[in-house]
Order: sequence, then structure tokens, then C-alpha cells
Amino acid sequence: MTRFAAGARVRARAADPDGHTRLPRYASGHIGEVLEVRGTWQLPDEAVRGVCRAEPVYAVRFPASGLWGSGSHSVIIDMWESYLEEAP
Amino acid sequence: MSGKHPELPVAARVRRLEERMIAAGLATDAELDEILEQVFTSASPVNGARMVARAWKDPAYHDRLLADGNAAAAELGFGAGAQGYLLKAVQNTPAVHNMIVCTLCSCYPTALLGPSPSWYKSFAYRSRAVREPRAVLAEFGLELPDSTEIRVWDANSEARYLVLPLPAEGADEMGENELASLVTRNGLIGTAVR
Repeated sequence: MTRFAAGARVRARAADPDGHTRLPRYASGHIGEVLEVRGTWQLPDEAVRGVCRAEPVYAVRFPASGLWGSGSHSVIIDMWESYLEEAP
Repeated sequence: MSGKHPELPVAARVRRLEERMIAAGLATDAELDEILEQVFTSASPVNGARMVARAWKDPAYHDRLLADGNAAAAELGFGAGAQGYLLKAVQNTPAVHNMIVCTLCSCYPTALLGPSPSWYKSFAYRSRAVREPRAVLAEFGLELPDSTEIRVWDANSEARYLVLPLPAEGADEMGENELASLVTRNGLIGTAVR
């Protein structure tokens, strides 16, 4: 079972980690919607330290108006599960 | 690596990395040369174009391509090149236009699109594609109606994206080879109509 289902509202982690991450900073703290589960892959933040930890990865859609304050497009970003939390 | 640019600092760094891998028993020079040879002789946007042309002609392949890009690539003999990542095809419709970027580095399905163009790796494209895609597309000569929804796919994980463009006019009367010749690398990235 994955933590988030398609359609779930999620928020990308706002905190900037000490080390490597594949969470693009422009998405930090923003709210998106899960489109689908992409796969289950090693968490890069841990893999870079030699720690193998596989996690579900979700395609999450962020409206440009939320990311940038303007724009009608959307950006879909693949997010490892620990990059995300439930959004109200 | 039998490089053509040994004077570049990056060439020395790559060679040092290769020597460490060889010393650790993880690879041999012959294996590395074979991989590069394979990439540079077989990786081409002609491969992605053939997949698109087949999808335009064959509704069942079209559905398989959207459902499982890796299997669809393998059907046409491109399975080996598309290994090591999940291939996801995203379909353009009259209402939706898709484009691909990797904001963190330059992730790209090389086997199917060929070596990536330098602009794909530029800071300008990577930062502007997610921020103002309509303006970026206009600079590529692609003016989309305001009513077209733009979806930008940031390929930052183990998935690689390929755009399935809208079929060409008169596609029904054309053969697969002719259709494939209409599909460009930029069309597969989403910075051209097809």
C-alpha cells in the first residue's frame, strides 16, 4: 500500500535538507495533487550516503499559479514519498 | 574513453573516474567503449519517431505505448537502450500540450531521442520551462492558443518522458515510414508541434 492515492492533496516538504535531494527547491512548501504512482525507487537523499531505502514515487501536479503566483500551466514533478505530507 | 576532446578539464575528470572504476574491478575499458559505441550508434530521435508513427497508425500500439512505454519501446527493438528507467509517454491532444524538462540536471531518454541538444541542458531552458513555458515555446516558433493547457513534466526521478505529438494532417493516407519522417526531436521533447 502506498501512503497517497491518486487525487490526494499533498504538500511538498518545505525544509531544505542538509545534503543531497531530488526535490526541486521551487516546489518546496507548495501544494499539489497526486496524479499516479510512478514506481518504487531508491531515495536519492539516502542513496548518496550509501543507504538503500526504496520508496514509492508519485507524479504530483502543481498549478503554476501556486508555484509562481501566476500562469495557467501546470508542472508535474516526480516526488519520493518522504518529500510529501498530507495537505488540508 | 577514446575522447576527441582530451584537452577539456572534464575529459580528465571522466578519465580519472573511469580509472577508479576499472581499478575497483567494476568495469573494463572495453566494456566502457562498447557502451559508448552503443549509445552513439543506436541512440537517435529516429527511434522515438518510429514509436510515434506506429502509435498514430495502430490504435492498439497507441494504447500500449501510453500504458507501458518500456514494453512499447521493446516491441520496436529499442528495449535495451530504454533500460534502467521507466519510460512514460505523455499524449498531446487538441486541448493539452506537453513538454519535457529536467530542472535538476538533464534527464532524458537518450536511446529514443538521441543525445540531448545543448539548450536542453542550459540553465535558461531548465529554469524558464517550468516558469513561463508559453513564452519558451513561442521562442521555438510554437505559438499555442490561450485555450491550450500546457503541462510541463520535470523529469527528476527514475522516469523519462517522451511526448506523443498530435497526428499529422492526412496521417491516415500515409505510411509509417513517411509519418516517422515528420516527427522531430523537438516534437518528442514538446518544443515543436511534432
